[in-house]
Amino acid sequence: MSPEKLDLLQGTLDLMVLQTLTVLGSLHGYGIARRIEQVSGNEVLLNQGTIYASLVRLEQRGWISSDWGTSDNNRKAKFYTITGAGRKQLAEDARYWERLKGVMERVLTMDDPAEGADA
Amino acid sequence: MSEPVRLLHRFWAFVRRKPLDTELEAELAAHLQLAIDDNMARGLSADEARRMALVSIGGLEQARYKHREARGLMNLDIFMQDLKFTLRTLWKDPSFTIVAVLILALAIGANIAVFSVVNTLLLRPLPFPNAHELVWIAPPPTKCGLSCATYSTDAYDEFRAGSRSYQDVTGYFAFSSADNLSLGLGGAPIPATSIDVIHNFFQVLGVQAQMGRVFNADDARNGAAPVVLLTNAWWKRQFNADSNIVGKAFDMNGRQTTVIGVLPAAFDFGAVFAPGTKVDAITPLNLYGPPRDWGNIITMIGRMKPGITVAQTVDEAARVAPHMCWNNKHPETCGDYKGAVVPVPLKDYISGKVRRSLVVLWSAVGAILLIACVNLSNLLLARGAARSKEFAMRGALGASRVRIVRQLLTESMVLAGGGAVFGLMLAWVLVSWLAHQGAIALPLLSTLHLDGTALLWTLLIAVFAAMAFGLVPGLRMSGGNVYESLKDAGPGATASRKHERIRSVLVVSEVALACMLLVGAGLLLRSFMRVLDVDLGFQPDRAAAIKVDYDDNVPNDKDGSLGAAKRAVIFQQILTRVSALPGVEAAGFTDYLPLGQNRSWGLPFPKGLKPPQGVDGPLVYVITPGYMRAMGTPIRGRDFSWSDGPKGEQVVMINKSYAKYVSGLGAWSDGDALNKPLGNGGGPDLHVVGIVDDVHEETVDGDAGWQIYYPSTQATPSGAEMVVRTTLPPATLATSVLSTLREMNPKQPAAEFKPIQMLVNHAVSGRQFFMLLVLAFATLGLLLAALGIYGVISYTVTRQTQEIGIRMALGATAGLVQRQVLTGTLRLALIGIVIGAGASIVGARLISSLLFETSPWDAITYVSMAVTLLAVAALSGYVPAFRASRINPTVALRAN
Repeated sequence: MSPEKLDLLQGTLDLMVLQTLTVLGSLHGYGIARRIEQVSGNEVLLNQGTIYASLVRLEQRGWISSDWGTSDNNRKAKFYTITGAGRKQLAEDARYWERLKGVMERVLTMDDPAEGADA
Repeated sequence: MSEPVRLLHRFWAFVRRKPLDTELEAELAAHLQLAIDDNMARGLSADEARRMALVSIGGLEQARYKHREARGLMNLDIFMQDLKFTLRTLWKDPSFTIVAVLILALAIGANIAVFSVVNTLLLRPLPFPNAHELVWIAPPPTKCGLSCATYSTDAYDEFRAGSRSYQDVTGYFAFSSADNLSLGLGGAPIPATSIDVIHNFFQVLGVQAQMGRVFNADDARNGAAPVVLLTNAWWKRQFNADSNIVGKAFDMNGRQTTVIGVLPAAFDFGAVFAPGTKVDAITPLNLYGPPRDWGNIITMIGRMKPGITVAQTVDEAARVAPHMCWNNKHPETCGDYKGAVVPVPLKDYISGKVRRSLVVLWSAVGAILLIACVNLSNLLLARGAARSKEFAMRGALGASRVRIVRQLLTESMVLAGGGAVFGLMLAWVLVSWLAHQGAIALPLLSTLHLDGTALLWTLLIAVFAAMAFGLVPGLRMSGGNVYESLKDAGPGATASRKHERIRSVLVVSEVALACMLLVGAGLLLRSFMRVLDVDLGFQPDRAAAIKVDYDDNVPNDKDGSLGAAKRAVIFQQILTRVSALPGVEAAGFTDYLPLGQNRSWGLPFPKGLKPPQGVDGPLVYVITPGYMRAMGTPIRGRDFSWSDGPKGEQVVMINKSYAKYVSGLGAWSDGDALNKPLGNGGGPDLHVVGIVDDVHEETVDGDAGWQIYYPSTQATPSGAEMVVRTTLPPATLATSVLSTLREMNPKQPAAEFKPIQMLVNHAVSGRQFFMLLVLAFATLGLLLAALGIYGVISYTVTRQTQEIGIRMALGATAGLVQRQVLTGTLRLALIGIVIGAGASIVGARLISSLLFETSPWDAITYVSMAVTLLAVAALSGYVPAFRASRINPTVALRAN
């Protein structure tokens, strides 16, 4: 494994999938995986195969739906679409990530407390 | 909200594994194809495009695994795999499987059966609605039997009116005897047993009629038309479950009696109030008719108001009791019940006496379960040792320790599950058999059945057992050294030692448990033998009793003397005829048989002395001449004679205990009650003409109390039981005795000719029941322990084959090898016995209250237990020892 790639945090992949589907509409597993790789600038460590665990999880929760269809180059593939519940969930998760991001930023930029402490 | 939905999906996915897997394969194939297309579009060669696609997908197998993990129930999947594997391996080793399941089935079955008994008698509420509100109202136990455990109708009325804690108070007539009802359907009258109850009896208990209605106040009034309620069993047996029976009238005791209802099958009077007896019919008790003057006849049962505690009723009863009169016409009897009105929960009254026995029984089956678990642990260890390579291999291939323990626990669960299923069947057989043992004097036995609680208990002990016997071998095996196990030479010496030590500990604990069981069973057995040896005061063998119908009614009989004279004639005629039958040695009448019902009539006291307060009177029996000889009770003095007429001197016989009491009061210079007069509370003096042996009147294992016998020519008996002493087995005379009675009185019902021994058996049946059960469990424990010893020793011998071979090659004789193996066995057994005996000595106090004239530290029991266990251990060690001595050094050394 290349050490410079980012390991995915728990739950982040699901969020990425939802966002991808929101932007791109109906898409197959390979397309979602490629899209995430491209957007992340290949910084994310993603075994494309793991996308399917995420997809089945999301589908079982009713946040996406699936159907077999045909790709642009005439290949049969399973296409996924985000549902209304999925959009709501995405909005919620995105808010959560924003907050977390803010908190992490503040934590990581705080001053070294040792400097002000008594000696 | 999405989580439960997802769980549902996961379950669904677990079931539809196949089609989902196919779909995933198609999806992955499409993924690969799309990736290859892309790569080729970027100008890669077909091969390179495929390689790159596979690299970026990151392992197909991993993708599948992750997908399945997310999709379905991974734990369940693993469990199914383990289950399949377990079933396959168990199937391949049928002898192990059968032995293991059999051991577990016996242990679990015994546990379920005993639990059902415990559940029925102790845990479950009585079979009445809101049974916790019911209380039994009685005095603390006394010497004078049932008469002091009951109340007069006046006392009942006062108690009912004076108490505020109850919704209502009811009761029943305590002195009904078996076969007191004779049903005439044309032909010979049919004997049956009925109980008189106060009209509100069923309302208080909360029992509804299955058909028709229960009693109301009108049924019990003076001059009310006679009515009867049939018990479900009698209705089915005697009336073929006639669905139109309500409203029909039958000849009962010579009166046309209307059936007003049939009671539900769930109501069994005998099971609750009179264990070991059956009741066929219930009749209303007229409190304001003749029973008014019968003295103490009613047992009281109350239903407390909601929210009232038993303690409150006890306080209240203590306040009400001083106002209760034995007879309102005799104000001096008011206050007689002071301190003698104590409510206790009905359940405590019914099952309190057997609680200790049940706890002992429960502990016994618990010990059996433990022994079975230890045995199974041993078997699994032996099996695991043989499979150590398999586990080492799996470990080497990446199976985690948890996964292997899980696999082994699944195996234990399957075995325990199998044991539980067969155990349930065994328990079902046991329980249904027990429920039909009407002769065992244990309460509620007929209501015994396997219910949901018992099933839950089964599940609980099966899981417990699986954990108990699966965990030790599981941890041991999964923790094995991979390298050692995989080495062709087999496990190293250190690992083997460790193994052996665990197995030895298991055997020792098994022997110790079996030892405790044997001691318990031995003590109970010795007690039972002592009980059988008790001098009952009569000779039960070759004597039998039959209830005799007679009519001593004489119109205008003012003082009862005409009736007495008529009765004397009838009895004398019957006895003359019956005594003349071939094989009859003696015959006589009594109104109550020993070990059955009883009553007392106050305290006859040496003339001239003032009777003390608060001393209970002797039990009263009204008998004819010849009765003592028929029972085999020796008399000092003389028997009654037919010339002791109603107008003559009042005569009585008393038993030794009572004679000792009255003689010890100093009224007579020679200190002998024989031929002395006893004052009788204003009535004519009673002349003691005979002193008889103490008869055990209530229990075989209790002390005999005071007894007094009146001649039926001078006192009124409350029935007639003819006792016949025979030279032949009593059963052979049943027909001739009954037909003689029938010739003399066509109304004589076809009553049972019961051997007196049967009364004794009935009285000791509860003790015998527990003794036999504990004995059976001890035997089972011993067998299991023997099996355990055999298993361990023969396993050790197998492992030491090489060592023994070398020793024999170096000159050890077969005898020496045998001795060494046997010594090893006996050493384990001895350690077990010492520990077990120690534990028994400490624990024996627990059962001391169940013992009879046997010390809980009875040396004979302990010694015979130790000898038995050593003998069994030696026997189970001998087979492997013999095998060891037959080892051929050449073969042993060549193998491996």
